Amino acid sequence: MRAGGEDFEFEPADLVRAYIITKGRELPDEQQLSLITLVTATPEEGRRLNRLTPEEQRLLDICSAGYLSVAEVAGHTRLPLGVVRIVLASLTESGHLMTRPPVPRARNADKELLEEVLNGLHRKFG
Amino acid sequence: MGSTASSGDRRGLTTDAYVADGATQTAVKILVVGHFAVGKTTFIGSISEIEPLSTEETMTQAAEAVDDLKGVRGKTTTTVALDFGRLTLSDRVVLYLFGTPGQTRFVQMWEDMARGALGALILVDPERLADSFPVIDLIEQYGLDYAIAVNHFDGNPERAERALREALDLLDETPVVTCDARNEQSSAAALTTLVRYLLDRAS
Ligand SMILES: Nc1nc2c(ncn2[C@@H]2O[C@H](COP(=O)(O)OP(=O)(O)O)[C@@H](O)[C@H]2O)c(=O)[nH]1
Ligand SMILES: [Mg+2]
Repeated sequence: MRAGGEDFEFEPADLVRAYIITKGRELPDEQQLSLITLVTATPEEGRRLNRLTPEEQRLLDICSAGYLSVAEVAGHTRLPLGVVRIVLASLTESGHLMTRPPVPRARNADKELLEEVLNGLHRKFG
Repeated sequence: MGSTASSGDRRGLTTDAYVADGATQTAVKILVVGHFAVGKTTFIGSISEIEPLSTEETMTQAAEAVDDLKGVRGKTTTTVALDFGRLTLSDRVVLYLFGTPGQTRFVQMWEDMARGALGALILVDPERLADSFPVIDLIEQYGLDYAIAVNHFDGNPERAERALREALDLLDETPVVTCDARNEQSSAAALTTLVRYLLDRAS
């Protein structure tokens, strides 16, 4: 964890590197790959047989043993969130990943979710 | 710094790192916000089931900077680190807590964070109340419901709470709880207060 400051300067070299990793692609749809969208690798049958970039392979590997949120993938790989989003979008497009976006907010769904959250907190912390 | 790949993930992640029952989970998030050094990271660390992680929000700014690189070189872009933690609450709901600093200039990040959040817990240091004004403004601007968790309470808590409500111009209904962010039970109680309030508002 970074000590002290909460923001810092991002070097141009990093930006160029980020651009290369993402092949200059556009940012993916924000809802589909939100911070808390859960992602996991698909079974191999459904995948397009394209060659993966090293970064794609690395992220796919991390997603192969279960579900992680987009934010967690970024946290574990220490790649900038924007880069992770783009690489994950590419992997989703080629059938390597599936995503579980959070449910859209709606009053009824909210109430049920909040009840579940509250009960869960009680179970966990008494 | 920060964005260079570490060997951390090469060893692979332990089973604990993954979301249990991921195939059935709905992910929700709550923001833990406040000014610098108010205790956000500490709070998340106290109750998260995973070692708190940190990530950087950069890409929108990076994309602009990439365009700039065609012309002007040597431009730097400011980015911001977010801390977050996770609480698996059942086989249906997994809660993420995002620690979000109060700087108003990170508009893109705030939009990302606020979108779809259930609500926000605003950590407040009564010795530095004015530092909390911008954060509270932002949370209200994004239309998020919130509760206030006060980190240190000296003297008479009741009088202190009244003064604090007045200083922060809080609605009567807005919950105010004291909280030691270093303590798991105390942090969990503050979070529970917020969720109960959110549930009241949703009913
Ligand atoms: N006394 C006391 N100290 C705290 C509390 N919460 C955090 N701290 C301390 O305040 C400092 C800043 O906390 P940190 O979590 O890094 O703040 P952040 O910048 O909001 O993430 C650390 O040294 C913590 O140990 C609290 O509730 N009570
Ligand atoms: Mg912090």
